[in-house]
Amino acid sequence: MGGYGDVKLLRDDGLRLDGRKLDEMRPVTIEAGILPAAVGSAMVTHGLNVAVAAVYGPMEAHPRKIQRQDRAVIDVRYNMAPFSTSDRIRPGFNRRSREISKVIAEALESVVLVERYPRSKIRVEIEILTAEAGTRCAGLTAAAVALADAGIPMRDLIVGVASGKVEDTVVLDLDKAEDNYGQADLPVGILPNTGEVAFLQMDGDLSPDEFNLAMEYNFKAAAEIHEVMVDALKRRYEGGEN
Amino acid sequence: MSNGQNGAELRLVTPGMAIGPSSGMRVGSGAIAHNETIIATRLGWVKQLNNTVSVDPINSAYMPRSGDLIVATVAEVRNNLWFMNVNGPFQGLLPMSLAPWKVEFGAARQHMGIGDVVLARVQEVDECHNVVLTMKGVGLRRLNQGTVHSVPITHIERLRGEGNATIQRLREACDCRIIVGENGRVWVDGDADGIAWARQAIDLVQASGHKNTFEAELSALEMNAPTNGDA
Repeated sequence: MGGYGDVKLLRDDGLRLDGRKLDEMRPVTIEAGILPAAVGSAMVTHGLNVAVAAVYGPMEAHPRKIQRQDRAVIDVRYNMAPFSTSDRIRPGFNRRSREISKVIAEALESVVLVERYPRSKIRVEIEILTAEAGTRCAGLTAAAVALADAGIPMRDLIVGVASGKVEDTVVLDLDKAEDNYGQADLPVGILPNTGEVAFLQMDGDLSPDEFNLAMEYNFKAAAEIHEVMVDALKRRYEGGEN
Repeated sequence: MSNGQNGAELRLVTPGMAIGPSSGMRVGSGAIAHNETIIATRLGWVKQLNNTVSVDPINSAYMPRSGDLIVATVAEVRNNLWFMNVNGPFQGLLPMSLAPWKVEFGAARQHMGIGDVVLARVQEVDECHNVVLTMKGVGLRRLNQGTVHSVPITHIERLRGEGNATIQRLREACDCRIIVGENGRVWVDGDADGIAWARQAIDLVQASGHKNTFEAELSALEMNAPTNGDA
């Protein structure tokens, strides 16, 4: 996996094509409670990515064969809107969206206290409105904020971030060009308070040192995004006293 | 929910946030102990009462408890029972033996169909979260008239007020019968103007029930109540 060697992704001054430093993240904004019909919802913009997540339930799990007697099941549907990329995406589930739905569901199941709602289902809908590399991370972050907004008990908020390798250099938060023409991509789901990793995927090759540096970048970015997530949730209930 | 809480104690926490050391403290709802630290599991307000630290969630699903008075709707009908939507993660079961009528086997549909609204009580909730309802009891009945509204579970106490003072105010202001179910469903019956005003009041609880401006907003709304002289 050598990437595309003839594509230049780092400038001569050591910065990236969009002017970011190697360990600099794209700007992230989060808004909670944007969909009135959902129990909980959130919108995450991460660079040019826009992800909207909605949470419904907990509700009775149907069909009954999916019920678990000792815990809730988390049903995630990740979908990219047909207009989210320059090439129109055929609507509906495909291999990639099934895979991402599955890994996000498994990541969320490790933080949600699913044993509180046996035999029930928590439905999480993630819609990517604009895509620019890192949509699964933006979707996971949006889902975590939406779950918290819905009042679903969780051990921690989970943050999706990614690092990768371009021109033999580890960089944080790949943009579209870096994702397409880079050498490696390492998206992870991090629990910022406990420092645990709830999901990790790797596309391409990283040496142990590169991997450690990429994880260091990811943890640093996760802490920054976590602050934005907490701020979004607090902002939604400003002026509250209970 | 605690309306009379000291403002200095209020702190909004998000899941995973450390509330404080767990030594000498008991962990209440909405929190867990991890590595000698109490950690919030829900978005809500920290509450400390008698050495027990808990989090009052801002949003929460209704978890049925035995004895709850609820407003439920019929979701499915079988020959000898009804499955009721109780606004929670699990459906409630109302067997014909706990209905207020003498029901012959196979005649359940003649008494209640899908969508009918009832005032019922939770008879039993077992460890598998099977919920059994009863309609045998004073006042429990099918609600043939009126409208059903929803409020967040966490705002029910706010709607009722201390000693039911707020809900009584609303009843007098709109001249309607209002029943607040523990499951967040509110039944309102009266004339059209009264119901319309009550809906505004319930929407206000939904939108501002957690805010400290709620009381002032409700008082302002009361000025436009149907029973107010000028209205």
